[in-house]
Parts: sequence; structure tokens; C-alpha cells
Amino acid sequence: MDFLILHDGWLPILSILMILPLAGAFLLFVIPGENFQKYWALGVTTVTAAVSLPLYFRFDSTTYKYQFGEHHSWIPALDVNYTLGIDGISLLLVLMTTLLMPLCVLCSWRYITTKVREFMFCLLLIETSMLGVFMALDFVFFYIVWEATLIPMFFLIGVWGGERKIYASIKFFLYTLAGSVLMLVAIIALYFNTDPHTFSIPLLMGQGYSSIFQKWVFVAFFLAFAIKVPMFPFHTWLPAAHVQAPTAGSVILASVLLKMGTYGFLRFCLPITPAATVTFTPFILWLSVAGILYGGFTALAQSDMKKLIAYSSVGHMGFVTLGIFVLNPIGLEGALLQMINHGITTGALFLCVGMIYERTHTRDLDLNAGVGQYMPVYVTFLAFFSLSSLAFPGTNSFIAEFMILAGGFAKSKLIATCAIPGAILAAAYMLRMLQKIVWGGTENPTHTGLSDLNTREIVTLAPLLLLVFWIGLAPKPFLNVMHASVAHLLEQVNGLQAGVAPMAKIMLP
Amino acid sequence: MNTFSPFTLSSLSSMGPELVLLSVGILLIVVDLFCKNRLLLPWLTAAGTLVALVLLFNTSSATVFGNMYIVDGYSVFFKMVCLVGVLFTVLLSERYLEIEKLHHGEYYSLLIFCTVGMMAMVSGGDLIVVYLGLELMALSAYCLVGLLKQDSRSNEASLKYFLMGAFSTGLLLYGISLIYGLTGTTDLSVLSERVVSLDLMNNHALLVGLGLVLVAFCFKLAAAPFHMWAPDVYEGAPSSITAFLAVAPKAAAFAVLGRVLIMGFGDVHIHWGPLIAFIAVLTMAIGNIAAIAQKSLKRMLAYSSVAHAGYALLGILAGNNEGLSATMNYLFIYAFMNMGAFAILIMLCDNKRRGEQLDDYRGLAKTNPLAAALMLVFLFSLAGIPPTAGFIGKFYLLVAAIHAGYIVTVVAAMVFSVVSAYYYLRVVRYMYFENAEQETAVSMSPGMTAALVLAMIGMVGMAIFPGPILSFAGKSLIGY
Repeated sequence: MDFLILHDGWLPILSILMILPLAGAFLLFVIPGENFQKYWALGVTTVTAAVSLPLYFRFDSTTYKYQFGEHHSWIPALDVNYTLGIDGISLLLVLMTTLLMPLCVLCSWRYITTKVREFMFCLLLIETSMLGVFMALDFVFFYIVWEATLIPMFFLIGVWGGERKIYASIKFFLYTLAGSVLMLVAIIALYFNTDPHTFSIPLLMGQGYSSIFQKWVFVAFFLAFAIKVPMFPFHTWLPAAHVQAPTAGSVILASVLLKMGTYGFLRFCLPITPAATVTFTPFILWLSVAGILYGGFTALAQSDMKKLIAYSSVGHMGFVTLGIFVLNPIGLEGALLQMINHGITTGALFLCVGMIYERTHTRDLDLNAGVGQYMPVYVTFLAFFSLSSLAFPGTNSFIAEFMILAGGFAKSKLIATCAIPGAILAAAYMLRMLQKIVWGGTENPTHTGLSDLNTREIVTLAPLLLLVFWIGLAPKPFLNVMHASVAHLLEQVNGLQAGVAPMAKIMLP
Repeated sequence: MNTFSPFTLSSLSSMGPELVLLSVGILLIVVDLFCKNRLLLPWLTAAGTLVALVLLFNTSSATVFGNMYIVDGYSVFFKMVCLVGVLFTVLLSERYLEIEKLHHGEYYSLLIFCTVGMMAMVSGGDLIVVYLGLELMALSAYCLVGLLKQDSRSNEASLKYFLMGAFSTGLLLYGISLIYGLTGTTDLSVLSERVVSLDLMNNHALLVGLGLVLVAFCFKLAAAPFHMWAPDVYEGAPSSITAFLAVAPKAAAFAVLGRVLIMGFGDVHIHWGPLIAFIAVLTMAIGNIAAIAQKSLKRMLAYSSVAHAGYALLGILAGNNEGLSATMNYLFIYAFMNMGAFAILIMLCDNKRRGEQLDDYRGLAKTNPLAAALMLVFLFSLAGIPPTAGFIGKFYLLVAAIHAGYIVTVVAAMVFSVVSAYYYLRVVRYMYFENAEQETAVSMSPGMTAALVLAMIGMVGMAIFPGPILSFAGKSLIGY
């Protein structure tokens, strides 16, 4: 167990993070009154966020080992354990998840009018399983929490969603389930191909499996993660799910659930199947470029604000996978940072769309044209988040996209050049949206009587805006925690490369 | 060679649970004649089952009647599954029978005799005893299926079940006779020695005999392509009996299959392995795909139970103790989740409505949130979606089958489990995403409450602490 640094103090902080929302969810059923239930959910998520903060301050950024570790036997017959731990790759994702959840409760305050208790129950359940995904170091436990995220999300979309909620929720569930089942087969195959048999994720890394076995495992993993990310061409569930989901559901989906896919690439594909990773890299890089361009062009054509942001997600996540598979430190760190950035920025944009929808009951760009005149505070927030989304210098995404492209150029000039138009497309579709919403045209619908943001809504958006500029102007505190883990990850990949794959020469000049 | 152990009175003590049940079965008929209080019957049956369960764990391992009847860990485990199934059925029947006006003593005594038959099957160390147990079980089951005398569906189901069952019994006897002709024995432990010593591993006649036995048990398991009777019988039978049929006799058939294939014919695994793999995949395919098209929840659960037999076959397929214990574990978990789902189905049944159609579940979350939430847990568990107990059960099966090298079969199983998610989710959709057309009034009964509480405790317990049941199943295979 030398990969795990057990938690020192008397509190198993990671378990507490998972148990708090879970216990809070079940206690909801003894709390009467919708208002109390909302405050309760807000309280539970805020306490969880507060408890997670010490993770950052007590994190040792000099080691790649998993920290705050916990290890208990769960199913002895198969050596399945309850092992938790976080490293530089998962730390920021955990923090992002805990910080976003209170905002999700806040944004649902007025939006959700029916079955408040059940709604908050789903939110708290999904928080537990999402945190579990980023902390799990045992494959069986990981798979359980990974799949467990589907159930609350299915209900968030299906019960509180829009007109086509049934279609969207079932498509979401089946699509992602279909992707993950093969991962389970791969996990069991890994178990039996390792001596001694183990489900411990760190122990499965760097085992030097045969190259054909690695390829099969990689394909099974890739399918699961590519659907989750979603990578082009596995993205079709995403717009449907986003458009139909309630605001909080969209935020969780975009900010955290998508990151589970890219996190999967980093945590499993790269270190466990390094040779296969190198073999498949050219294909994945080109798929990423396709995703970036496809997402950009499609977003340009949307009239529904949510759909526009959903397609922009496809593009942004393309940048993340690009950064991961260039397999150099700057690209990887850029990708990790972009995961956080996308969580902040896209989450904020979905919050903004939700706020306007609560007022005008439409997400149509033309019908919402020119609200800027009546809602100056709102459009200020919207403008900053849009600029962040198009990677304007000074905002968070600029740093990350710059790093990813720098890494891309180091890998292959052609790939990076092809990805650059994605940034221009982002500017095009974001400015188009901004221009319509803020100023509109000559035929603006009347928006008199629209009230600007209230305190609750400003409180919801302000922390995200703070992070946009914080990461944009001083990214060091965020990048520092990654260095050791990213360097170790690249060591694992490069140390076991079985020569450069032949396809790379043709596809990545 | 095993020494012949003559019959003594003390060997009866190893059959304590069976004897208790037999006496309860006879007592029930007598009580029914003289006692007017119908409520006495279910509680007497439940008490008898509980006593049998307790005795089961206090009976020492023994081989009695000259190797014909084996009481070992393996049989104890399966008897436990059967008894749990019966217990659930009795608890569910209490209210259901009142609605269907079926409160008769013979219902309960047939149930008990059916159970005794299953226990004999499970303990059979000799093909003849297995056959006797099977017949006792089957004959009782035919009657139980047809108890709704006024309902033509029930009559049809009973007749169909009887004809198909009789046919499969014929095949079984023919298979046994071939095996006996070649090896000169029906004793399973002797049989496995003879197969090797007489060099019959590749003997075609023996394989035909084994094939016929297999087919007969596939009938009982409702494994495709011998599943044709199952949907009609399950739909036509009284709901409580459907729940029973989907769990207990299936478990007993799996027990015999495990004993015959792995104990008697373990050495010819190479011949029956691919066949079982094919049957398993076909069963999962037909069960899951046909379930999608159903409008009736009862019929859908019937097809789903066909599909679940396919999953459970994965453990038999592995052909070793690891696989067998995975199957045992799965059947135990399946008993709880399937009984739970049927409990909700029966709960929604009243004089006007039968709770069988999917439409009856529209907006259940609003009219009866607790019933909907419980159904939700059972359905997700049946679909095998984490973090439910159903996933844990499926997970062990996959581990065992992959260990034995059947990767392609496992991949097929996973694909079909995604297909199955679709129709389970559809019920969830009706319950949660749609609005009710009418109010649902549910009247609870003590038995129903007990059944639901028991099922939920089982579900949650096995999801959080999955270790003990598996290690119990594994331990019961020691020395087997």
C-alpha cells in the first residue's frame, strides 16, 4: 500500500464528504415544509463544501501519492475494498464538485415548484456518487458510484425536465449505461490478468500487460469515457439531456458528469494501458479536433440558448481530450485546468440561462433579444462568463486553452493548427449570443417589467465570477497542486511505451 | 466406492425440515376441514416454514438411504432459497387470496408439498430421487397454477404447464435410462467415476443421454428455447403463485443442474460448456427482447424471469465452485428482488383492478409514493444497476464466467442487461414521469407489510454487506 498516504488526523475526511450529503438526503424525509427542505439542502451542501476546503490547504503537492487515504475490506472473497484517496488530478475536481452543489441548490430555489423534497434528495444523492467517482481507488467501488450517478440524474431530467423529458432521460440513461457495461468486463479482465488478482486501481497501473490485451481494455474504457465526455461522434445524448434538464441538472451534467469522462481517461486509460494509449493517440487527437470544430459550427447555428451552450461544451471538451492525449506536461496540465474552467464557466452560463428562463419562460435567442436594457446586472455577469467561454485573455479559459494549444504544437503542428479555428468559432457563437441578449435588434420583443437579478441570484453567480478571474489572473495555486501527479502520470505512460506507433507518423506530421 | 448405508431410524433426523413440512401440509388439510377461521391457514404455513428454516441450520450433514439422499451445505443453501421463496409467497397470499376468493386449505398444503418436492430434488444424490422430487414439485405446481377456476387464462396455463411438464419429464426419464444403460448406475457420485473408468467421456450415447437430461431441466428453468410455456403460465397463474414459480422451483432446478453437471459430469465440461453458453445467451436475448414488447407488467416480469435464468446460467457455465457459488448467491438475491416486485404488483391488486397492466402504474409516485419508491428499488435491482444488490449478484456471475474464459458470452450478457434496463425503466417512467388518471387506494395487510419489510432488508443488506452471502455460498460448497 505504498501508493496511499492514510489520513493522519482522527477524521476520515473523504468518507465524511461522501456521507454528509447521503445522510442529509435521507434526513430530508423527516423535515416538514418545502422551505425548510430547501434550507436544509443548502445547509448540507454548504457544510460539505466547507469540510472539503481543508483538503486544499493540507494537500501535499510534492508527492504524486494518493492522500487522505482510507482503506477497509469490503468483499474479502474477491479482495474488493473500500479504498479512497485523492491526488493532484482529483483534488480540484472534488473541490469543484463540492463548491458547485450549494449553487445548484440556490438556483433551484424558485425554479423547482413541485416535489421539492424529492428534488433535493436527488441533488444530494448525486453529490455523494460524484464525489465517490473522484475519490475511489478500488475499481469495483468506482464502477458502483460511476453508475450510481445515472439514477438521480435520470430523475432530475425525467421528473423536473422540459417537454421532451421522457425521451431525453431515457436516452441519457441507456446511452451512458451502454457505454459503461463493457468497462465492467474490462475491469474484471484486468483483475484476472494481474498477479496477484486485484481491483486496486493504483496496483493495476504499470503492469505491462500484453499489447493486444491493452488494446481491448483501452477500447472498452474508451467507449465508456468517450460517451461520458462526450466526444464526437458519441455526443448525441448531450443536447437532448441538457435542453430538457432543469437548470441544476444542466449545471451538474456540464460541470461534473462530463468531467468524469475525461477524469477516466487520465486515471485509467493513460496509466493502465499506456502502450494502447500511444497507439490510439492519433485517432483520438483527430476525433478531438473534429469535436472542437463540429461543436463550434453547430453552436453557431442554434437559436436555443441551452442548445448553444450544450454544443459549445462538445467543443470545449474536445480541447480537454486534445490536451490529455498530446501526452506532454503542459498539455495535460492545461487539460486538467480546462476541466475545472469548463465546470465553472459552462456551469455559470447554464445558471444564467436558467435565470432568464425563469423570467421570460423561453430560451429562444430572438425572444430574449435585448433584455440587457432591463437587466444590466444580469448581462454584466453573462458578458463576463461568455468572454470566459471564448477564452478571452484575463479569464480562466485563456490560460488553459493556451496551455493545451502549446502542448498541441509540441506534439504536432498540424493538429494544433486545425484546432485553432475552434477558438475563433467560440468567439463567433458566444458574441452572437451576447449581442442578441444584451442589445438585440430593431424588433426586440417587449421586456418591460423584467426584474433584474435579486440577491440570491447574485450570490449564486458571484463565486463563479471570482474564480473566473482568479484562475485567469493567478493560476499558479491551481497548477501547483497538479505538477507532481501529472509528472508521475507521464512517467507511467512514457516509461512503458512500446516504441512509437506506426500510425502516428502518418496521422500526426 | 461408497459404502452402502442401511436405513435406520436415526437417518430420519437428517430430514427434519422435510418431515416438519410434510406434517404441516397434512395438518393444513385437516385444519381446513374443521376450522372456520381462514386466517389461521397462512400463519400456520408461515410458522411451519420458519420451523423448517430453523431446523435446516441445525441439521448435521449426512448421506442417508444409501447415498440416495444427501444433506450437505449445498443442499442446505438451496433449501434456504426455496424456503425463503415459500415464506414470501405465503405472506403475499394472505391478502391476495381474499381478493381472488381463493382461501382454501389445499392452496397452502399444495404449496408445502411443492416445497417438499423441491427439497428432495435439491438433496437428491441419485437421479431417481431427483426425478421423484421433481414430480412431486411439478404435480403440485400444475394444480396451483390452475387454482383460479373461473379464469380461463388460469385453466389454459395449468393445462399448458402440465402438457409441457409431462413432455419434459419423458425426456428426463429417457435421458436417465440412457445414462443408466451405459454406466449401470444412477448414483451421481458413482456415475462420475464410471464415466472416467469406463472411458465414456466421448461416448455419443452418453452425451445424448446427458443432453436429454439437460433439456428437461432447461424446461424447468424456462431457459430458451424451452421457455415457451413460461410467459403464458406465469401470466395465467395467480400472482402469488407466479412469484413463487419464478423463484423457488427455478432455484431447485438450478441446484439439480449444478449437481448433475458439475458433480456427475464435471469431466465432460468440454462438451456441455459451449451448449450452456449458447442456451444462456439465447435465454437472455429472448427474455429481454420479448419483455420490451409487453403491456402487462406481470407478463413482462415473466419474460424478465426467463432472462434472469440466462444470467444465472453463467455461473453453471463456469463449471467450477466459483461459478456455482456465484449462481447460488444470485438466486438468493433474485428471490428477494423478484418477490419484492411481485409484492407491489399484488399490493396494487383490488376488486376492480389487477395491478397487472403497465397503465395501472401511471403516476403511482404521486398517489402512493412509498409503493413507488419500493418498486423502484426492486426494478433497478432487477436491472442490475449499481448500487443495488442485483448488481452485486450479477457482478459475481460475470467474474466467474470471465475467469472461466467465456468473455464473448459475458459481453453478450452485458449488452442484454442494457436492453433489460429499457423495460424496467419504462415502469419507472410510468410511475414517476406520468400523471395518474385515478386515485390508487392500497390496503395493506400484516403479511404484505412483513413481506415488503423482509424484501427491503434483504435488498439493502446485500447491497451494503455483499460479502457474507457469497462466503456462505462458497463455504457450503466445501467438500462438495
